[in-house]
Amino acid sequence: MRENNSFSKGIRDGLPICFGYLSVSFAFGIFSIENGLSLWEALFISMTNVTSAGQLAAVPIIASGGTLLELAMAQLVINLRYALMSVSLSQKLGASVRLVDRFLISFVNTDEVFAVAISNRQRVGRLYLYGLILTPFLGWSLGTLLGAGAGNILPEAVTSALGIAIYAMFVAIVIPETKDKATAGCVLLAIALSCAFTYLPVLKEVQSGFVIIICAVVASALFAVLAPVKLPGEEGTGCE
Amino acid sequence: MNNTPFWLYLLVMAGVTYLIRMLPMVLLKKRIQNRFILSFLHYIPYTVLSVMTIPAIFAATSYRLSAWLGFLAAVVMALCKRSLVSVAAVSCCVVFVTESIIIRCL
Repeated sequence: MRENNSFSKGIRDGLPICFGYLSVSFAFGIFSIENGLSLWEALFISMTNVTSAGQLAAVPIIASGGTLLELAMAQLVINLRYALMSVSLSQKLGASVRLVDRFLISFVNTDEVFAVAISNRQRVGRLYLYGLILTPFLGWSLGTLLGAGAGNILPEAVTSALGIAIYAMFVAIVIPETKDKATAGCVLLAIALSCAFTYLPVLKEVQSGFVIIICAVVASALFAVLAPVKLPGEEGTGCE
Repeated sequence: MNNTPFWLYLLVMAGVTYLIRMLPMVLLKKRIQNRFILSFLHYIPYTVLSVMTIPAIFAATSYRLSAWLGFLAAVVMALCKRSLVSVAAVSCCVVFVTESIIIRCL
């Protein structure tokens, strides 16, 4: 298999991701300020993590003085999908990718970077991958900086309205997937559990990071048994 | 309240996230074939996002009413398959207009 190792091609493929990240990380910056974090704290989180859902879950844990175990567990469960993506992307790497490149590239292996890299017909080389991850990383950092800055200077009426932005984006990600009945059922179960942990006595004492873990793992594991996906290369509906 | 310093939180979350991404790419060469694990990982992004959104979204703005209307606007826009940015923009506008009306009426 031939190898795509063009830096400029990587930059070209990465730019749409970069623009998408600007708005999501802007919303994350606002969200961090609303939760009482400083601009620099929000920026450092974005530059060292580069993950939307994990970062959003971490902010309330940090803001409320949660435990390090809670934070680590939340990151583990929420970001576990990246392990699968890294495994998958490792099969796609060309001969030019050295060990040291694997250490660097995996740092910015986000959902979108993975999706674009894996959609290449050829194997992907190190220069292509560095081009691909460069602008998304910069966009993610810059958006956070701008969002946190805006959160500090904009009037309360505006930041209150912007506070819903990142949740609205999550709605926009999940809703189209619920056309699949199994995913819809899984999501509804997770939401029901989440509401139970928010409003019911005893259950509402559980800290936010653990609530995310418990609800997401229980619903996902149950539906992984009830409605398993089909394996790669497998024919048929996948619903035995 | 405990007084865990911020840099320790940062180190833990960045460390866990990086290890999850780095270890498989550096160590593993074989594809995962276990159907349960693949299915579990398929559902995880959607359950995580849903759990983080509901019910937290209803407390994300200054008023419950504006948050509810902003949420409903986002659902309708998402059902119409609009982009992430346009769903978020319309939702924010609905919240802003609702709160402006609430403030004027109080």
